[in-house]
Amino acid sequence: MTDSTASDPAAEVLARCLALYEDMSFSRVRRWKEAHPGGLAIGALPIYVPRPLLEAMGCLPVSIFGGGDQLDVIRGDSYFQSYICRIPRSTLELAMGGQLDVLDGMLFPSICDVIRNLGGIWNMLFPERFTAYVDLPQNFDRDIGGRFYTGELRRIAAGLVGRGAKPPSDEELRAAIRRENSRRRVLSELSALRRREPWRLRASEAYLAARAGSVLEAQEHEAWLRELLAALERREARAYDNVRVVVRGAFCEQPPLGLIRTLEAAGCDIVDDDFQLGLHFIEGDIEEDSSIDPWTALSNAYLDRGVATSSRYIGEATKGDALIESVRAAAAEGVIFAAASFCDPALLDQPMLEAALDRQGIPHTSLKYAENSGQFQVIREQAGAFSDAVKLWGSAA
Amino acid sequence: MSNPAMTQSAQLEPAEKDQSQIEQKRMIADHFERLARAKAEGKKVVYTFVPGNLTELIGALDMLAVLPEINALQSGMRKKSAGYIAEAEKAGHSEDVCTYVKCDIGMLKSGNIGPTGTKLPEPDLLLLSYTGCFTFMKWFELLREEYKCPVVMLHVPYQTDGEITPEMREYIVRQLKDVVIPAMEQVAGKKLDMRELSRRLQLSHRAEDDLVAVWESARHRPSPIDGYFGGVYYVGPIFSAFRGTEDAVRYYQMLRAEVDERVRRKEGPMTPDGPAGEERFRLVVEGPPNWTSFLDFWRMFSREGATVVASTYTRVGGLYDKGFRHSPDEPLESLADYCLGCYTNLGLPTRTALLEDYIRRYEADGFLINSVKSCNSFSAGQLVMLRELEKRTGVPGGFIESDLVDPRYFGKANIENRLQSYLQMLEARRGRASA
Ligand code: SF4
Ligand code: SF4
Repeated sequence: MTDSTASDPAAEVLARCLALYEDMSFSRVRRWKEAHPGGLAIGALPIYVPRPLLEAMGCLPVSIFGGGDQLDVIRGDSYFQSYICRIPRSTLELAMGGQLDVLDGMLFPSICDVIRNLGGIWNMLFPERFTAYVDLPQNFDRDIGGRFYTGELRRIAAGLVGRGAKPPSDEELRAAIRRENSRRRVLSELSALRRREPWRLRASEAYLAARAGSVLEAQEHEAWLRELLAALERREARAYDNVRVVVRGAFCEQPPLGLIRTLEAAGCDIVDDDFQLGLHFIEGDIEEDSSIDPWTALSNAYLDRGVATSSRYIGEATKGDALIESVRAAAAEGVIFAAASFCDPALLDQPMLEAALDRQGIPHTSLKYAENSGQFQVIREQAGAFSDAVKLWGSAA
Repeated sequence: MSNPAMTQSAQLEPAEKDQSQIEQKRMIADHFERLARAKAEGKKVVYTFVPGNLTELIGALDMLAVLPEINALQSGMRKKSAGYIAEAEKAGHSEDVCTYVKCDIGMLKSGNIGPTGTKLPEPDLLLLSYTGCFTFMKWFELLREEYKCPVVMLHVPYQTDGEITPEMREYIVRQLKDVVIPAMEQVAGKKLDMRELSRRLQLSHRAEDDLVAVWESARHRPSPIDGYFGGVYYVGPIFSAFRGTEDAVRYYQMLRAEVDERVRRKEGPMTPDGPAGEERFRLVVEGPPNWTSFLDFWRMFSREGATVVASTYTRVGGLYDKGFRHSPDEPLESLADYCLGCYTNLGLPTRTALLEDYIRRYEADGFLINSVKSCNSFSAGQLVMLRELEKRTGVPGGFIESDLVDPRYFGKANIENRLQSYLQMLEARRGRASA
């Protein structure tokens, strides 16, 4: 037991999470494969893929978030023009460096044209590997979009079976849904704790805890999260006089950990965010009831209770309503828009969300980053000025 | 993405005009006049996108189409886009995103004056055909905030594997039947007459046959057409408000006859400076053109004797040369297949195979990628396509970067240098091959 573990009961589990975050060689995934002969490790680009389906087929879903700030991108850069965000180039760098060899396939969900085209690049560069595009419907009628989506799920499942995954029985699929629900309930408990006592669980820590789920099965991840939750209850923590903020825009290419910590150091308690959105994408439980076909349950969850993020068409509702609701639920005092440079979905959404906040008099500020940004001085000053202004005047002015 | 040069201003066009071009000008002028009268006459106006446009459906319901992408490119050609983009950026739109969107928003904020100098009517419906480009979705979410009018979404699945599955088709047809057509009928205040839709699809079919014959003519030496710079004029009617009309049928018959005549006379295409000189290079081009310096850009090619024998940009609003035709017999299914087949809705391997086919079929000396900053839909992956095409065909590729309507990203000298070095390299290669 280290000194910090002695003084902070959460230190050990958080250190484990940090180690996974920093492990660019995916050794945890390698270990999982050794322990599960015949099991497939399937990479998935952000944001959302139906993880329970993969688990029910004996696969380990592995979320891929590029190379972060730890990877020198050389080859990847020669495949993308300068005005394209960084995540596709660092993901390609990982693949070309062999770090992704541990994966038996990759899923590319329909978030944006960059991820979509990256799927095509994968097909061309690695034709022997399993690659599937997950075309998430933008029609949310169960009979139309739902039918299409369950077809997509079955198509992807058939592709995986072709690569050696086991076809999922309804019972196995239900069991995987139950495990996913259970994991997500703990995540929700952690989110609630963070909203209640942000000084007890910092956003940067919550981030690491959620991110561990990138390479862990739901059940194991849940165990880690429960361990963390229990440790946090014993943690001695004192309240800071910080400003409570919601962060939006960082749902795909992730901000460097240093950036999240910089916002905290600048006096912001991040009480809600869209980092690691895939794990929070469904609001509430996926139906587990044995009277419901589990494929339909997965589809219904996506259609009816997917969160309002910029890669999802907002039909009848007013843009920004969901954000305002989050601000209220988290009793936040302001919003920080933090988006990856050149991220079309986030940056095109932002003016609409800003307008909605303005209508409600909710202060906001915005910044851009790349996953490998290393200098945070300007961001620190900007966030510091924002938190001071909100504290003093209740506005960003 | 898109599209064609539905231009009103003579100085933006090639020096000598063919009859078809005069006809196209008339058609466009008529259309904008109808738009100007629309509100007074109680006609409903539908804003929609070029790829996956449902023009026959709009026409069959007696509504008029406005295509914001075309307004944006027009603004680029008329040197208005820089101001519009600045306006949008001032209003909080990021400098990183698609400039078509910002140009459109800026135009709206500056009074929504269209290409003919008259105010464009506001939309009664935003028909969001989500085909091949994610930005479309955000664009119409943004417009809905401005216009507060209904939006109807048609989600077109992506053709990842170059194959249209029955599920994809069914998904679109169901949306058309249960969502899109009812929403359109409600705005139009009338029921869709399927016979009228079929009649229009038949007309589309005829125009499409003639357009394909025009593309095919580029197999001749010299090519009688420029399939990129000239091509954007050729696709004007069929990509926009005219597919499925008698006007479009007449236009394409006329165009085809002119092209046939040029083949007979062994003439090259028209250029901004008159008839083309000797055909020195035959190129295939991937990516949209730049609109703010369109004629300068064209001249960089035409003055070097470089003719574009095929381009992918001219397939964004419909890809007909692989056999697809709108069909009066299966109206909704054929609209579905049309949407699915637009160029940017095709997976990268299919796009690459198409370019490979063009390089071989039209016996190109080289292929060039114009990568535009605005458009991830087109651009993400082009460098991989470049390598792959060189490997497969042995034909060298060139790469230049610009933008659609943001003049800040059109570096004239730089592009010209790159193009010239590329053409010199092709020349040297040819010399070595014949030595
Ligand atoms: S960061 Fe944005 S633009 Fe880039 S891949 Fe992710 S969602 Fe797409
Ligand atoms: S991103 Fe490309 S295809 Fe989409 S609207 Fe912009 S220019 Fe057109």
